Amino acid sequence: MQEVQKTATVTDSSLAAEKPRTAPADLLRLEGIGVRLGGRSVLGDVSFSLGKGEFTGIIGPNGAGKTTLLRVILGLIEPSGGRVLVDGAPLHNKNKAAIGYVPQKLVIDPDMPLRARDVVSLGLDGHRLGFGFPSRQRRALVEAALADVGADGYADARVGELSGGEQQRVLIAHALISRPKLLLLDEPLANLDLRSEQEIVAVLGKLAREHEISVLLSAHDMNPLLGVMDRIVYVANGHAASGPTDEVVTSAGLTELYGHHVDVVRVHGRVLVVAGE
Amino acid sequence: MHYLFEPGLFSSGPVRTALLVGAVVAVTSGVIGVFTVLRGQSFAGHSLADVATTGGSGAFLVGLNQFWGFLAAGIAAAALMEAIGVQRRRGRDVATGVVLGAALGAAALFLYLGSLQTATTGASFTVLFGSIFVISPDTVPALVASGVIALFVVAALARVLLLTSVSPDLARARGVNVRLVGIAYLAALAVSVSLAAVAIGAVLSTALLIGPSATALRVTKSPARAMAVSALTGLAATWLGIVLAYDSYYWPPHGHGWPVSFFVVALVLVGYLLSYVRPRAQRAPRSPHEDECGPEAIVATAATAAGTEGATCSPA
Repeated sequence: MQEVQKTATVTDSSLAAEKPRTAPADLLRLEGIGVRLGGRSVLGDVSFSLGKGEFTGIIGPNGAGKTTLLRVILGLIEPSGGRVLVDGAPLHNKNKAAIGYVPQKLVIDPDMPLRARDVVSLGLDGHRLGFGFPSRQRRALVEAALADVGADGYADARVGELSGGEQQRVLIAHALISRPKLLLLDEPLANLDLRSEQEIVAVLGKLAREHEISVLLSAHDMNPLLGVMDRIVYVANGHAASGPTDEVVTSAGLTELYGHHVDVVRVHGRVLVVAGE
Repeated sequence: MHYLFEPGLFSSGPVRTALLVGAVVAVTSGVIGVFTVLRGQSFAGHSLADVATTGGSGAFLVGLNQFWGFLAAGIAAAALMEAIGVQRRRGRDVATGVVLGAALGAAALFLYLGSLQTATTGASFTVLFGSIFVISPDTVPALVASGVIALFVVAALARVLLLTSVSPDLARARGVNVRLVGIAYLAALAVSVSLAAVAIGAVLSTALLIGPSATALRVTKSPARAMAVSALTGLAATWLGIVLAYDSYYWPPHGHGWPVSFFVVALVLVGYLLSYVRPRAQRAPRSPHEDECGPEAIVATAATAAGTEGATCSPA
């Protein structure tokens, strides 16, 4: 528990130093979130906040609790402690619409009759009863969302037949069409080839800069994101530290987080986290 | 010498009832079948049919109309499936090995006891393979109403069902009660299977549920079109099956019509095979860089589109 306290203090002070007066205007704010699943503590005392148009990466090794953290923000897991504030208010149905979610992958077979444009259209009103009638306005919105992510070339292809990178773009367009203020993405770079990875990062960076959408994504490797990330939330061993990448990702900081010695090595602008002795 | 569409065909009461009920069954099964395949629930449809057999044979034993037996057992089975979680692999194993075996065993007992009472062998055949020419006019309104209600439920849930089939988490994150939607859908599926059991028999009802939708999935790309093609394919197979069965009174052995179920199921198969004759819907052109034949492109396409025609890496 000693460790938890220390981490939390580091986190809070680094936040306070950086943004003294903007706290109420934070789009997303996590305060002391703890999660217990099956009697086991998965996350302890995680706090960070995210401003408008900011690009934040939740980075950490597999099994560190990144997906759990995203699910708490989405309201899919009830935290055992702390609270999530979206636009200054606790999560409820109204401000839920401010969050666009991109799941890790589709569960659709290649031969299913669902085109990329059908998936994007479901982003408008897929949670409502009834079936959406085609209209010129709906079509225009779908086309615009597909164009925003560069997926207009395969609007009429079956989603199950698209590559991993193409499916990611379609899912991002699906989330974008309801005009969210915050985009949450669960491991969007997992299983992508290098070029698709760069393209997806570029699309997300553009959305944050030009559309002022806050982007929060989880990844196990921070390197593809170094160029676009405003802030990092490093999760390890059930705890998290947040702040600018250079301040958080240090040998001392991560050693404290992991609870055992790690070295942070910087080579050619890349960051490697290596287990020490 | 006779004609396939005899002058007497449409003036016969049983034939008109058969055509009406057949249409309701085909459209309901066709539309709900598309969602069944989209949600990967063909197994649930088949299980419901097996348990419905027990209900139908039980109803026959106590002298009720089979439809009510099919329906009661189907709804009960849907609730049971929800409880044991038939979507999970282990739940499936339990369902297949224990529940379905027991259900069909009970059906065997009921049919045997029933045949001792009435000394007719026709009832077993009716439960297992359908009775569309001997539907009593009293049950027609109930059959039609059940089909309409099931279709209405699925139409109301259409968007949510599609969203859930894309990603259940996505639906949950947007406030959809995925479990409740699943239960409502299973109930509609149970009604649809019961209707199909009346028309072509409990054993064959899956054919009308999955066959036309499997055909539709091959030739269409959007959910709405898939539903339309599936419903029309099922309707064509059912109506043509009824006409052929009526005509088969003139076939050997003379004076004994062949079972409608045989024709319907055979026509469903023909429709599915025909969907292979037609060239598969062309894939929309990919973005330009996807045409390159680099090792990354091959890995990416092979990983996502294994076994499909979309995975070709042809030079532009």
